[in-house]
Amino acid sequence: MELAGQTWVGQSVPRVEDAALLTGRGRFIDDLATRPGTLEAAILRSPHGHAEIRAIDVEKARAARGVVAVLTGRDVQALTSSMVVGVKAPLECWPIATDRVRYVGEPVAIVVATNRYLAEDAMDLIEVEYGALPAVIDPLAALEADAPVIHPSLGRNLASDRSFRYGEPEAAFAAAPHRVEIAVRYPRNSCTPIECYGVVAEYDPGEDSYDVLANFQGPFSIHAVISRALKVPGNRLRLRTPPDSGGSFGVKQGVFPYIVLMAVAARVAGAPVKWIEDRLENLAGAVSATNRATRLAAAVERDGRITALDWDQVEDCGAHLRAPEPATLYRMHGNMTGAYAVRNVLIRNRVVLTNKTPTGLNRGFGGPQVYFALERLVQRIALELGLDPLDVIRANLVPTAAFPYKTATGAILDSGDYLGSMEAALLEGGHAELLRRRDAARAEGRLYGIGYTAVVEPSVSNMGYITAVLQPAERKKAGPKNGAQATATVAVDPVGSVTVHVASVPQGQGHRTVLGQVVADVLGLRPSDIRVATDMDTVKDAWSIASGNYASRFAPAVAGAAHLAATRLRDRIARVAAGQLNVRPEDIVFRGGRIGSASNPENAVPFTRVAAATHWAPGTLPEGLEHAIRETVFWTPPELAAPTEADEVNSSLCHGFIFDYCGVEVDRVTGEVRIDRYVTMHDCGRILHPGMVAGQVTGGFAHALGAALYEEYSYGADGSFQSGTFADYLVPTVMEVPEPILLHRETRSPVTPLGAKGVGEGNCMSTPVCIANAVADAMGLADVTLPLVPAVLASHLHPAETAPKGRPAATAPALSGARQLFGEGTAEVAAPAQTVWDMLLDPQTLQTVIPGAHGVEKVSDTHFKADVTLGVGPVKGRYRAEIHLADLVPPRSVTLSGETSGALGFGSGRGFITLTETEGRTILGYRYEAAIGGKVASVGGRLLDGAARFVIGQFFASLARHAGGQAGESRPGVFARVRRLFGGAP
Amino acid sequence: MPRLGADRRHEVRFTLNGRPVEGEAEPRMLLTDFLRHVLGRTGTHVGCEHGVCGACTVQIDGAPARACLTLAVQVEGAEIRTVEGLAPAPDRLSVLQESFRAHHGLQCGFCTPGILMSLDELLSRRPDASEDDIRHQLSGHLCRCTGYAPIMKAALDAARRLRGEGETAADA
Repeated sequence: MELAGQTWVGQSVPRVEDAALLTGRGRFIDDLATRPGTLEAAILRSPHGHAEIRAIDVEKARAARGVVAVLTGRDVQALTSSMVVGVKAPLECWPIATDRVRYVGEPVAIVVATNRYLAEDAMDLIEVEYGALPAVIDPLAALEADAPVIHPSLGRNLASDRSFRYGEPEAAFAAAPHRVEIAVRYPRNSCTPIECYGVVAEYDPGEDSYDVLANFQGPFSIHAVISRALKVPGNRLRLRTPPDSGGSFGVKQGVFPYIVLMAVAARVAGAPVKWIEDRLENLAGAVSATNRATRLAAAVERDGRITALDWDQVEDCGAHLRAPEPATLYRMHGNMTGAYAVRNVLIRNRVVLTNKTPTGLNRGFGGPQVYFALERLVQRIALELGLDPLDVIRANLVPTAAFPYKTATGAILDSGDYLGSMEAALLEGGHAELLRRRDAARAEGRLYGIGYTAVVEPSVSNMGYITAVLQPAERKKAGPKNGAQATATVAVDPVGSVTVHVASVPQGQGHRTVLGQVVADVLGLRPSDIRVATDMDTVKDAWSIASGNYASRFAPAVAGAAHLAATRLRDRIARVAAGQLNVRPEDIVFRGGRIGSASNPENAVPFTRVAAATHWAPGTLPEGLEHAIRETVFWTPPELAAPTEADEVNSSLCHGFIFDYCGVEVDRVTGEVRIDRYVTMHDCGRILHPGMVAGQVTGGFAHALGAALYEEYSYGADGSFQSGTFADYLVPTVMEVPEPILLHRETRSPVTPLGAKGVGEGNCMSTPVCIANAVADAMGLADVTLPLVPAVLASHLHPAETAPKGRPAATAPALSGARQLFGEGTAEVAAPAQTVWDMLLDPQTLQTVIPGAHGVEKVSDTHFKADVTLGVGPVKGRYRAEIHLADLVPPRSVTLSGETSGALGFGSGRGFITLTETEGRTILGYRYEAAIGGKVASVGGRLLDGAARFVIGQFFASLARHAGGQAGESRPGVFARVRRLFGGAP
Repeated sequence: MPRLGADRRHEVRFTLNGRPVEGEAEPRMLLTDFLRHVLGRTGTHVGCEHGVCGACTVQIDGAPARACLTLAVQVEGAEIRTVEGLAPAPDRLSVLQESFRAHHGLQCGFCTPGILMSLDELLSRRPDASEDDIRHQLSGHLCRCTGYAPIMKAALDAARRLRGEGETAADA
C-alpha cells in the first residue's frame, strides 16, 4: 500500500477507533471515573403538556435517605439567567419549568443524592400540584386567534414572521400558463442516538467557575449560551467532552440545557454531580426535529420548467425556542430552489410554539422538511401537466455549465454535474428494468410505484445564516455574523512522532482514522505513525464558535484544516531538512518516513530525526525559522459572507448532489410498504474514505426510512406524549432496512482544501420524499403524509372499520386526547350481598384488597382517599386517588367516580358496580371507563388495557378471597400472561 | 431460594468471562449497573433500560439476555460472558470482531457490544446459520449509525470464516 504516488486518502483503511470499541474498552461518558464524592441526579418531569405549577412540596424528598439537595425552577432561576433566544421577541427560555410546564417531559425538579436509585426514590416523594391548561399541538392551530397562549409574555404563539422576495415572482406567476400548488406536513421525529445524554458538573466557589464534562457535540457557539446562562465569562466554564460518544446525529447539541441544570445542581449540592439521561427521558424531553406545515406553489411553463416558487412555511419549534432555533428553518435558506434553476422566489417563514418537546439539531436539519414539499411538488407538476417526472426534473436542474451557480436566494452551488449524475444513476441503477418490474406488477393488479428525487445536500454551515431571521436593520445593529471557523493542530514531539488535534467531537464517524490518512499523506508517513485526539477541552484546545461536529463539516472543513496545518508544518520541517541535506527547500520531498532530495533519492534522512530537531537543537534552525514544532490552523472560507441587505444568504459552503429513485410495492391487504429497490447516487466531491462514505449513506438511509415509514413523535390533543418507549417510537431494525444501491460521482469542490463535500445528511433529505413519491405513484394518491404506516395507507385501501362489538359507548371523556380504557367483568363472592356491600365501603378491607394500596382513608361516607403503587410495563409509581360514591342503592348498586394523580401521570374514571345475591353468594358485576394521561400513557400505552383489566380483576379476586369465595372470570392463564407484562404489581 | 431484604445489600458471586467475581448489590440493582459500576466492566452498554434496543445484551449461562432486565442478584452462581471476554488476547480480536472491523460494521460502537454477544451465541451454537438466521438474531438490536447493511456483511463474513470457508475480504 506504500507505492509511490499513491495516497492514503481515498482508501478504506481499517479504523483506528475499532479495536477499543469492539473489545469493550470504549470511553463513553458513563464509563469514565468520577471524583470520589460525586453525587447523582434524577430529574422529575412534567406529566402534563400544559399546566400551571400551583405548588411544589419537596420537603419529604429533602429528608429522604441519601438526598443532598433538591432544586426547583426557583432555585435554578436564582443562580442563572434565561438562555438566549435567537429571535427578537419577549420570550424567556429556562432549562427547567418555573411557573408552568409546557411539554410532557419538561424538568420540574432535580434531586441530587448519593446514587441514582436513591435520587429516584426521593423523586417519587415530591408533590406537585398542577392546574391543567388547554394545550396546543398543531402548528396551524397554534396560530389561531383563540389558541391557548403558551408564553404569556409573547401574547401569542407566533415567535417570528418574515417574508422574503427574490427576482420578480409576481410577474412570473402572472405570466406562467400553470400554477401548481400543494400543502404538506412534515412530521416530528428524532434520530435517537443509542447513547443518551450525560453530564458531570462541578463548581469551584473560590474561582466562581464551572468544570463540565458532557457528551456535547457542538456547535461551540452554544458554549457562549451556557456561560451566559450561568452568569460567568467563557473562561470560567471549562467544557470538556469524553473520548467516545455513542452517536448523535445532531441530537447531542441538545444536552446544553442539562449542562446548565447540572452545573447549578453541583453548585447547590457543593459536590460534583453526574446525570445520565435514560431513554424515557430522552424520548419525551431531549430534542426532536421540527415538524412543519408548508404550502408551496410553482409557476410552471408547458414543458414543466418552474419559473417561480412561492413558499409559506410554518415551523413548529415546540415549547421553547432554544438556541440555535429557529435555525432549522433557515439552514436551507440559500437552497430553497433545491437542485433547480429557479430565479423568482417568494418565502414567508413563520415560527410557532406548541406544547411539544423543544426542537434542535437532527440529521438533515431543515432539508427533509424543505425537500418533502419541493419534491412532492415536482411530482405533482408532472401529474398535472401529464409529463414524465424525470422530464420535469431534467427541465429544471441547474445546467452543468452554470457552476459555480448562485441561487436566487443567495447560495453559491460550488460544483457539480447534476444532469450527468442523474443520467448515470438511471443507467447504472437499472432504471429501465425497474420500469419493467413496475409494469409487470401492475399487470398482475399489484400496487407498485416509482418515486424520484433530486436534491442538493448543503454542508459546512455559514454561522451567519441564522441571522436571516432578523430584519436587515436588526442584523446591522447586532453586528455581522458569518464564516465557519474550522480548527486543527498538528505537532511533533521530541522523538519526532506526530500528534493531531481537531475541535470536531465525532460520535462514531471515524474522524481519527481519516485525519491520520490526511496528515500521513502530507508528511510522507503511515497513518499508524499519526496519533489523533478528538476530545475537547475549551480551556486548553484551539477552538472557535463553529467548532463541533454538525452540518456535515468534517470532510470539507475540519479534514481540510488538518491538511493545511500539516502542510504548514511540513514546509517548516522542509526548511530544517534543506539545511541538513544541503539542498533548497523546494527540492525536499517527504516519502516513506524519510525526508530527502527529490533530485537525489540517496540524500535522505528519517522524518523523525529532522522533526525532532527544534526540540533538541533550536540553535541549528535556519535563519528566520522560529520553530517547526506545532501548527494550528483556523480556516474559514471567504465565500461564507454575512447575509446581504437584500437577504441573500450563502447558507452553506459546499453542495453535494443526490439523485434517488426507488420502486415500492404496497400490500393491498395490510397496507405495508415494501421497498423493492432503492438507488441513491451521490456526488459528494472527493471521497476521503469510501468505506466511511458508504457507512454514512447507509446510516442516513436507515434514518430516512424510519422517518418515511415508522417514526413519529405522537401527541394527544391534551399534550400527552404517546411515543415514550422504543416499543412505541418505532426505530427500524435489520428486518425493515433494505440495502440501497450506492452510486458515486466525484466532482471536487473548488472551495474546500481537499475538494471534499459533506455526505452524512443527504439521504435524510432525499429518501423520505422519494419513498413518499413512490407510494403516491403506487396508490394514485394526491396527498401522502409521513410516516406511511400501514394503518394510514390501509384507510385508502379499505372502507372505514366499524367499532368493535361489546364496547360501551363512551360518555364524554374527562380528559380529551388521553388514552381511553373500557372494560367489564364479573366476580363471584361466597357471602351475602349485604356483607359484600359493607366490605366495599370499609377502608380496612379496601386497603387489603386494592392492589398496591398503602393506605385508604374514609373522608366521608361517599368520599375515600387512597394511596396506591401501580406499575405498567417499564414504569412503576405511586398514585393518590380520590374516589366519590354516588347513586348508592344498598346493597344492590353503586357508581364510583374518581381521579388519580402521581409521578406517572393522571387519570380519571367511572365505574358501575352491581351486586346480585343468589343462595347466599353474590355476583359482582362491574363496568368501567377511564382516561389516562401523562407518563404512564406515554410509555405503557399499549399495555394499559391489559394492565387495567389485570388490576381490576385482581381487586375483585382479592375481594372474593377475602370473603372466602372465588372470582368469576379470573382465568389464571390470562392473569399469568398479563402479570408478565405488568412489571410492578406487588 | 434465599430470602432477600429490599433495603439490604447482598453478596453476589458469579463467573464473569471465566473468572470469579463478587460484589454487593441491593436486590433491585440491575445487572447492567452491577457490571458497569460495581465491577467496573463498562463494555456492556445501556441504551434503553426497557429491553428493546439490545445494547446491554450479555450471555447468561450461554444464552443471550438483556442485562438491563436482569437483576444482579438473579445471576448468583451463573456463568456470564460480556464483550470484554470475546477477544482471545488483549492485542488480538476474535474472528467476529475482525469481521466487524473489516466491513465497517460499527460506527459509534455503542450498540456493538450487545450485537457481538448475540452473534457470538448464534455462530457458536449454529455454525451453519443462514442469512435469515443471522437477520433474525440481529432483529433484537437497534443500531442508529450503520443502517445494518455493513453489520450483515460482517456477520456473514464471520460465519464463513468460522466454518473455515476463507479469509476476511479486505474492504477495497
